[in-house]
Amino acid sequence: MARDTLTGSRIRERRLILGLRQAELAREAGISASYLNLIEHNRRRIGGKLLVDIAGVLGVEPSMLSEGAEAALISTLREAAADSGVPVAELDRVDEFAGRFPGWAEVLAAGHRRIATLERTVETLSDRLTHDPNLAASVHEVLSTAAAIRSTASILAETGELEPEWRDRFHKNLNEDSLRLSESSRALVSFLDEGDAGEDRRGMPQEEAEAFFQNNGFHFPALEEGSAEPEDLLENEPALASEAARSLARAALEQYRADARVMPLKALARELQSTVISPVALARRFGCGLPAVLRRLAALPEEVLGHEAGLVICDASGTLLFRKPVTGFAMPRFGASCPLWPLYTALVNPHVPVRRNVVQQGRNTAAFDCLAVAWPQNQPDFGEDPLYRAVMLILPGAKDAQDPQPVGASCRICPRRGCTARREPSILKEEF
Amino acid sequence: MGRHVVLIEDEPNITEAIRFLLTRDGWSVDAHTDGATAVEVIRDANPDLVILDLMLPGKSGLEIVRELRGGEGMTALPVLMLTARGQMRDREMAEKAGVTRFMTKPFSNAEVLTAVRDLHAQAGQG
Repeated sequence: MARDTLTGSRIRERRLILGLRQAELAREAGISASYLNLIEHNRRRIGGKLLVDIAGVLGVEPSMLSEGAEAALISTLREAAADSGVPVAELDRVDEFAGRFPGWAEVLAAGHRRIATLERTVETLSDRLTHDPNLAASVHEVLSTAAAIRSTASILAETGELEPEWRDRFHKNLNEDSLRLSESSRALVSFLDEGDAGEDRRGMPQEEAEAFFQNNGFHFPALEEGSAEPEDLLENEPALASEAARSLARAALEQYRADARVMPLKALARELQSTVISPVALARRFGCGLPAVLRRLAALPEEVLGHEAGLVICDASGTLLFRKPVTGFAMPRFGASCPLWPLYTALVNPHVPVRRNVVQQGRNTAAFDCLAVAWPQNQPDFGEDPLYRAVMLILPGAKDAQDPQPVGASCRICPRRGCTARREPSILKEEF
Repeated sequence: MGRHVVLIEDEPNITEAIRFLLTRDGWSVDAHTDGATAVEVIRDANPDLVILDLMLPGKSGLEIVRELRGGEGMTALPVLMLTARGQMRDREMAEKAGVTRFMTKPFSNAEVLTAVRDLHAQAGQG
C-alpha cells in the first residue's frame, strides 16, 4: 500500500493517541462519524480543507498525516528487514506498518540502529586486535622476550656441562630479558587500559559508573557534609554518558549517603583512631548492619583508614555490581570472578560474617584480609523468597596470615592447576 | 662440509640461544638482524636452511620469503618462520608465501631443534 493512501490510518492512530472518540473528531471536523470511519480505513481519499481541519483538531501538521512517518524511518525499517536475513512477506506493507504503529516502528528502527552501532564497535575491536600496529608491536615484544627467556632458561637448565663463559652470558641475557618482560608487559597493560577508557568502551553502564567513582576517589565530601544531593553530583558528569550509567551511579550514591549518615566521617575516624578495625564493634557502636560498615570503610579516604581498601558487591547470581580496586588484588572486568572468593562463601551463608586471609594465584605473594557478609536486598516477606546481596571488604597486608587461602581473579587468567572450582580452561598454559 | 643455516632475527638473545643450540647440533649459524638485506644475504650464503622472524625491521618475513621463492634456485630451500602471531590467518598467509614450517613464540628449544632436523631431512640433505 502506497504511503499517501495511508492518511486514514495515520488519522486513526493520532486520534487514538489523543484518546478522542471517532464521533468527537468527526463532529469537530464537521463530518459524519461514518464518513470518518471510511476515511480512517483508507476507503476514502482525503485532502484539501478537510485534511487541514482534521489536522487542526489533532494538533499536527497536515503533512504529518498525508506523508506519514519520515522517509528515513521507512528506509531504516527496510534495511532492518534486509539485514535480518529472513524473508519478510509483508515488506511491501512497511509504509503501512510505520504509519499505523509509528511508536513500534521507531522501536524497531532504533533497535536496528543500535545493532549497527554495536556491530561497528565489534568490528573496530576485532580490527584493533588484528591490525593495531601498537598492539601488535606490544604483543610481539612480550612474546619475543618470553621466547628469549624460555630458550635461555632451557639451555641453562638442560645443558649438562656449560662453559663458564656461555653460562655467564646466558645469565646476563636472562636478567636483561626478565627486566624487559616486566616493562613490556606493563606497557601492554597500560595500552589496553588506555584503550578501555576510549570511545569503544562507551555504552557499558557499569564501566561508566565505576569510572565516575574512580574519578572521585570513591569518596564524596559533599555527601559527607550534606551540602549536595546525589543528583547534584551527577550533573554534567562527563564519565556518565548513558542514562543507565547515571541510574547505577545514583543508586550507589544514595547508598553512600545513607551509610555516611549512619556513620558520620568524624565519629568514625575517632573510633578508628582508638581501636583496631573491628567491623562488628563498629556495627554495634553505630547501631547498623555489618554490610553498611564494610561499605563505609571502603569509602573512607586512605588517610582516615590508614591504608587502601578494596570492595566488591555482588547480587544473588554472583554478578559483580560494584568494584573498588585495591593494589595487588585482581578483579575481572568482564565475566564471572573466582568462586573461591570469600564473597561467595558469604553469599551462600547469609548473615554469617566470613573472614579469610587470601592470596591470589599467579600474581604476588601478598595476602589480603577479606571480610564478607550477605544481607537481604529487600525486606523479607511471607511467600516471597529473599534476594541476597554480598559485600566483601579487601584489606591489604593480612595480619598473621597462616596458610592463606589461594584464590584467583577469574578462571581464564588463573594458572592454578587442579582447582575444583574451575569453570573453563585458563589461557595461561603454565604458571608464572 | 657442515650444515649451514641463515638466521634472520632482530631479537639478539633469541639469536644467541638458537646459535648456541644449533652450533652444538653441528650447524654453522650465520645470524643477521635486518630484514631489508635478508634476501641478498640468503642468496649469497646459499644455506641449507633459513630461520626467519616474521616481524623484522626493513622488510617483513613474508616479503622476504616471497622474493626468495620468486627467484631462481630458492624454491626448495626450507624456511622455518618464527612469529608471535599464531592466528590461522597468519599461518595461511605464511604457507601461501612459501614458508615451509611456522612456529609461534614462545617456543621450546626442543621444538626448534626437531623442526630444523625434520626440515633438513625432508629436503633430502640429511
